[in-house]
Amino acid sequence: MKKKLIGIMMAMTMVVGLAACGGGSSSAPAESGDAAAEATEAAEETAEEGGEAEASEEPVAEGVDVTAIKVGQICVEDENSGYDAAPIEGLATAMKNLGMDPATQLTLVVDIPEDETCYDTAVDEAEGGCGIIFSDSYGHQTYMQQAASEYSDVTFVACTGDMAAPSGLANLKNIFPHTYESRYVSGVVAGMKLKEMMDAGKVTDPYVGYVGAYPYAEVVSGYTAFFLGVRSIVPEAHMDVQFTNSWYDPTAEGAAAEALISKGCCIISQHADSTGAPSAVQAAHENGKEVYCVGYNIDMRAVAPDVALTSAQNNWSVLYEHMLKCYIDGTEIPTDYSAGINEDAVMISELGDACAEGTAEAVEAAWAGIKDGSIQVFATANFTVQPTDNGSYAVDEEGHLTSAFALDSDGDWVNDNGEAIIDGAFVESQLRSAPYFSLDIDGITKLN
Amino acid sequence: MSHIKTGHEPLIRIAKRDAISKPKSIMIRIVAVLLSLVVSGAFILAITGQNPIRVYEVMVEGAFGTSRRSWVTIRDTMMLFCIAIGLAPAYKMKFWNIGAEGQVLIGGICTAGLMRALGNTMPTPLLLVVMACASLLGGCIWGVIPAIFKAEWHTNETLFTLMMNYVAIQLTSYCVSLWENPFGSNSVGIINQQTQGGWFPKIFGQAVSLNVIIVMALAIGMHIYLTYSKQGYEIAVVGDSVNTARYAGINVKAVTIRAMAVSGAICGLAGFIAVAGASHTISTSTAGGQGFTAIIVAWLAQFNSAIMGLIALLLVSLQKGAIQIASQFKLNNYASNVITGIILFFILGSEFFINFRLILRGKKGGEEK
Repeated sequence: MKKKLIGIMMAMTMVVGLAACGGGSSSAPAESGDAAAEATEAAEETAEEGGEAEASEEPVAEGVDVTAIKVGQICVEDENSGYDAAPIEGLATAMKNLGMDPATQLTLVVDIPEDETCYDTAVDEAEGGCGIIFSDSYGHQTYMQQAASEYSDVTFVACTGDMAAPSGLANLKNIFPHTYESRYVSGVVAGMKLKEMMDAGKVTDPYVGYVGAYPYAEVVSGYTAFFLGVRSIVPEAHMDVQFTNSWYDPTAEGAAAEALISKGCCIISQHADSTGAPSAVQAAHENGKEVYCVGYNIDMRAVAPDVALTSAQNNWSVLYEHMLKCYIDGTEIPTDYSAGINEDAVMISELGDACAEGTAEAVEAAWAGIKDGSIQVFATANFTVQPTDNGSYAVDEEGHLTSAFALDSDGDWVNDNGEAIIDGAFVESQLRSAPYFSLDIDGITKLN
Repeated sequence: MSHIKTGHEPLIRIAKRDAISKPKSIMIRIVAVLLSLVVSGAFILAITGQNPIRVYEVMVEGAFGTSRRSWVTIRDTMMLFCIAIGLAPAYKMKFWNIGAEGQVLIGGICTAGLMRALGNTMPTPLLLVVMACASLLGGCIWGVIPAIFKAEWHTNETLFTLMMNYVAIQLTSYCVSLWENPFGSNSVGIINQQTQGGWFPKIFGQAVSLNVIIVMALAIGMHIYLTYSKQGYEIAVVGDSVNTARYAGINVKAVTIRAMAVSGAICGLAGFIAVAGASHTISTSTAGGQGFTAIIVAWLAQFNSAIMGLIALLLVSLQKGAIQIASQFKLNNYASNVITGIILFFILGSEFFINFRLILRGKKGGEEK
């Protein structure tokens, strides 16, 4: 009997609680209808401006007190993960540079999976007074977009996202560094080593291996840029790419590197987050193989002291700082913001001892060329592709691109946002911040 | 002879309790919760130097600090509660259904597929009914398959339902790559983000109301089904002793399959609630391990609907609070997991003291303390 009584009481409590909460939720977000209307309007604006930024609608007063601004950050893991350390440190640095105190003004929430928890967290931060909120993982984007459509006075920045312009939301933003520039320069470093080995007669086949995470544009753009960097030094080089289908899998990355080495690759680079590949290269080197590696994000000399040449790196704080500065100043916040070597948003790590003689000079020259525009990483003259009949790009009789879609996000073979070939080069990260070069160029073979 | 003292009588002996009075069992549970708060308080103080009371306050803020947080907590509680309700008939029958995770995913796939296909053509109320029916059916099939094998060929249902989870996860991965949006993202994204076609409508101004209404109706229905119906009684008899059930003329095969059909269908409906009422997308993490957590909920509550609701609420609040203290005190999430672990340990441990009692050396064994 008592059991039943408790049951009934429980049910009553829940019903009463329900009614109370129903009445109390006055902070209703924008009606979905309005949001949709705004979205369409904004989409038209975006279209007119060719995917470029449109004015942010929120009025931020001049001479605003930066110490009153609250910033939100949503991370997929915590600072112990190699991936999240960079955004967490980058945003804190950017805030300090702008006179803000991350300890009191930053609401950092970590371990947020790529599901509706991200939406809940973003909305919670927005209601908690954050004026600008950054997420750090691609899969967070759709939930950031949902939150952005409901909280039009808060700016949502989805890092490594690509939907800001297509969504048409005025308060959804994307940022991405010009990683292809640092990839290209790290390719130059690899090319110098390759040339040295060939000149010394140690290597006859200029065969390069690449461990990639997923066959996404971000990865394709990166390995193509790396390969073009290698070929700027060794024009006859060719490359195989092995995908691991995971962003972080030390075992799979190590195994992929070993497979590439056994096929005869003498340089291994990577676009995956662990130290698996460099460790495997170091082990192969200790067993007498003449093989070297180029890493990503972190300096690999700690795990591969004899073989690590350099690593391509991003400096996220530059991008965060730009977005925050626009927000503080009340100026237009770009829908897509990307920055490269000219803004110090990309770099390569210190050259390893194994680097060939003259590498430092070649790196200097490459950076200088990218800075002054004399080197276009994806210049159409530098590579060829096989002709296609799906209409997404066109080539001349030699295989050089004459036109290409910048983006086809729904896979329907209709160009979404403009022509990518401008003045003899595929222009990366300008029509949107996230990379979109995803063509298969001659000389690169995908193994899986 | 019979009074020779051996000198080896242990300091503490453990004896099974015959019965325990209701107030006493509640007292033991309250003491357990208080003790767990004291111990985790000591842990917080020792490891982090934070004031434990303040940390508890922040945990409560994290779960109920704003009306929105309360609603998110309620929404997630309802999800866990719904799966636990689904598991109740299976576990009462001692059919170890480890497959709730898969049954939820199948319900989710059915819902997401229909939402994508019909979301912008069919009116939402009708679509909701269609999606609910499809997810009930999907979950039902996923639950009945191992039940048939168990009933006919005495396969091990623990392994079978567990394996069915992996099949469901692979099916989900397949659907995600089939429906991915935007192209190449390896995620389905939020379905019908603009039109909200097939989403739970707001009732009384709250998007979560329908979740609560459905799950509450299920809770009451399941309570009546298990406690007062003939079928519920048959489930209880089969659970206690298959031989007794046979002797009483109960068709054990039919009861097994029927109970799993109900169990799987409700878990499938949980998938419908997760997709149409919460995430509006589908991924392999849609069930998110809740199919396993719900087993603890159902078992701890001994299938009592009201208690299941309370335990689900406790677990979800602890999790929300954990995220909040991690953010506010810059604590690692592991620290808050330890606190959750300590509290759960004491709650589970209290069951021991409800079922057994300790007899100190020198006390008469037979007397009830």
